[in-house]
Amino acid sequence: MDIFIQQLVNGITLGGMYALIALGYTLVYGILLMINFAHAEMFMVGAYVGLFSLKFFSDPEWGAATLGLEGMQQFFTGSIFGLIIMFAIVFIFSGIVTGLLGMLIERVAYRPLRNAPRLAPLISAIGVSIFLQNAVLLWVDSRAIAFPNVFPVVNFGYGINSLKIFIVVTSIILLIGLDTLVSKTKMGKAMRATSQDRGAAQLMGININKVIAATFFIGPALGAVAGIFHGMYYGAVIFNMGFFPGIKAFTAAVLGGIGNLRGAMLGGFMLGIIESMTAGFISTGYKDVVAFAILIIVLIFRPGGLLGESVVEKV
Amino acid sequence: MRELIAERLKGVTAKPLFTAGKMTAAQKIGIALLVAAVIVAPILFQGFGQLFMIRIIAVIGLYIILALGLNIVVGYAGLLDFGRIAFYAVGAYVAMWVGIPLAGLLGETLEGWSYFLVLPIGGLVACVVGLLLGLPVMRLRGDYLAIVTLGFGEIVRICLTNNIFGITNGAAGLPGSGDSLAAPAGLAWLRRNVHFTIGNNFEFTFTSNIYWYFVIFALVALSILVIRNLDNSRLGRSWAAVREDEVAAQAMGVNTTVAKLYAFVIGAFFGGIAGVTFSYFQAFVSPESFTFLESVLVLAIVVIGGMGSIPGVIFGALAIQGIPEFIRGFASAGWFGNLSAETVSAISNYRYLVFGALMVFMMAVRPQGLIPQTRRARELLGEYDAIDGHELDAREPGDRANSTRGRA
Repeated sequence: MDIFIQQLVNGITLGGMYALIALGYTLVYGILLMINFAHAEMFMVGAYVGLFSLKFFSDPEWGAATLGLEGMQQFFTGSIFGLIIMFAIVFIFSGIVTGLLGMLIERVAYRPLRNAPRLAPLISAIGVSIFLQNAVLLWVDSRAIAFPNVFPVVNFGYGINSLKIFIVVTSIILLIGLDTLVSKTKMGKAMRATSQDRGAAQLMGININKVIAATFFIGPALGAVAGIFHGMYYGAVIFNMGFFPGIKAFTAAVLGGIGNLRGAMLGGFMLGIIESMTAGFISTGYKDVVAFAILIIVLIFRPGGLLGESVVEKV
Repeated sequence: MRELIAERLKGVTAKPLFTAGKMTAAQKIGIALLVAAVIVAPILFQGFGQLFMIRIIAVIGLYIILALGLNIVVGYAGLLDFGRIAFYAVGAYVAMWVGIPLAGLLGETLEGWSYFLVLPIGGLVACVVGLLLGLPVMRLRGDYLAIVTLGFGEIVRICLTNNIFGITNGAAGLPGSGDSLAAPAGLAWLRRNVHFTIGNNFEFTFTSNIYWYFVIFALVALSILVIRNLDNSRLGRSWAAVREDEVAAQAMGVNTTVAKLYAFVIGAFFGGIAGVTFSYFQAFVSPESFTFLESVLVLAIVVIGGMGSIPGVIFGALAIQGIPEFIRGFASAGWFGNLSAETVSAISNYRYLVFGALMVFMMAVRPQGLIPQTRRARELLGEYDAIDGHELDAREPGDRANSTRGRA
C-alpha cells in the first residue's frame, strides 16, 4: 500500500509536468493541425534558462555575486519570502524567454510554410529540434549540469514532499489559468475561432497571425515551467532531456484527444500515473513501453482520443 | 464543349504522368557512368589505402535501401512513418539470432552461405512484424499513424535495451562473447586470389569490406529494379490514388486499407534486408544503432531527396548520410591537414547543427525535395488540380486552394 501511495504521488507530479507540456502540443495542433516537434526543445531551453537564472540569483560563486550583488543573493536565499520572489522571477523570466523563442521559431520556420503541404512544417520542426539540441550541446555544455539545490524540500511521509506539492499545485493553477484564458477571454475566443476555421476567423476581423504568435508564446512558456520542474525534480538538465518528456507529453495530448485542452490535462495526469505505477509494480525498464502500448491501444479503439470527438473526413 | 475537353486532354496526355519504363539516351549514359563509378570506386580506394571511404559508401548504400523502403510508405502511399528504424533493427537482430546457429547447422563447408539464407528470412520476419503493426493501425489518420509508428519504434528499441526474453544481450549488443557470424561464402578464396599491385603506391586486396560493399550495391540495384516496377504496377497506381485522395480512391474501387498495408509491409521488407546486411557488415549490433534520430534521418533522406523519386532517394542518402560522414572521415584521415582530435570531433558535431538548419531552409525554399518525382512535386506545390482534369469541371478557380488544403 505504501508503494502504491508513493507511486501515485510520483505519478501525479510527473503528470503535472506532462500536462503542461502536452498543452503546448495541443494548442498548436488545434490551431495549425501540425505536430510541433520542436516543442520538446522548448521544454529543454526553458529548463536551461531557469537553471542559469536560478544560479544567477542563488549561487554564491556565480552570477550576481561576482557582480557585487551578494546582498541580493542573501535576500533571495535567506528567507521563505525571498525564495518565493526568486522562484517567481525565475519562472516568469524563463517563460518569457522561451515564449519569445517559440514566437521566433514560428516566424522563421513555420509561417512561411503555412499553406505548404502538411509534411513540410513537420520536417521543418524536426530541423528546428535538431538545431536547438545541437546548439545547446555545442555552445552550452554536452554534459548534464546539476540544478541548484535551493528549494527547501520537506518530507511529509508516503513520498510526499514540499517540492512535489509545489509542482502539482503550480501545474494545476497554470492549467486552470489557461483553461480560463481560452474559454473566457477575448483572446481565447479568437484562438477557438482560428482553430475552427482560419479563413472565416480572418473574415471576422481576427488577426490570425497575432493569434498564432500568441499560441506559440503560451505553449513554450508553459513548457519552460515544466522544464524547470523537471530540472528541480531530477536535479540535472542535459541537452537531450526534452526527447522523452516531449514524446510522452505528445502521447498524453493524443491520449486525451489532440486539440482538446482538458483532454491534454487528463492525458498528462493519466500517463504520469500509469508510468509511475509501471515503474513501481512491474519494471522500471519497461515503463515507457507501457506508455506507448497504451497509446497504441487507445488509438485503435478510440482514434479521436479519450475526450476528443472523432473527426469525419469531409469530401 | 466536347472539342474543348478534347483540346484540354491533349495537353494532359502530352505530359505522361508515369514516365517509368522509357529512358532517354542521356539518362542511360548517366546510369552507366554511375554504375561504373560504383564498381571502380572501392577498387581505387582500397588500392590507395583509403579504407574508410569504402565503409562510408557501403553505409550510404544501406541507407539507400532503407530510404527506398520508406519511400514506398511515405513517397508512394503518402503514409507518415516515424518508426522505420524498427524494421532495420528486426532484420539486424534476426541475422544474429538465426545466422549464428544456422552457420553451425550448415557445417564448415557451407556456413559461408548462411548470410544468403538469412537475408530473405530477415526480410520476411520484418514483413510479419510490419503486418502485425499495420493491421490494427492502418485506418488511423496521418498524424496518428506517425505517432503510433514513433511509439512502436521506441518500444522495439527499449525492449532490445532491456534484454527482452534474455535474447538481446541488452545495451551490450550481439553477438555475445565467443559467438560470431560466419564469413560469407567466397571471401577467403577472393582474398587469396584477387591480389595485385600497380607501381609502388597501389596495392589491392579483396577484403571483407569490399565484399560487403558489392553485396550492398547489388542489393541496392535489385531494390531499385523491384521498386521501379512496383511504382509502375497496378499497386503503384493505387498508392498514388490513395495518396492524392483517399475518398476518391475508395470510390473508384481501390481497397485503400489493403493498398496501404501492402506499402507498409513491402517497406518493412526492405528495412529487414538492410538490417540483416548491416549486421553482417558490422559483425555487431546494439540498440544504440536504432534510435529515433535514425528514423528521422531516413525520413529526411526521403523528404530532402524528393518524395517518391528513386534518384532523389539516392541523392538524399548521399547528402544526409554521406556528407557528414565524408567530412568526418576526411578530417580524421588528415585530408584537411593535421587536425587535433578535438577539432575533428567539433567538425563532426557541427554537422548536425548545420543539418537541422538546412532542413528548415530546404522546406522553406524547396518543399518538394532536390530531385522530386514530377507528379509528386505537382501535388506538393498545389498544381495538382491542373493536371488531373479537375479544371474541366465548373468549379470556380478559387476552389482550388480549398481542394488541395490539408493534403500530405
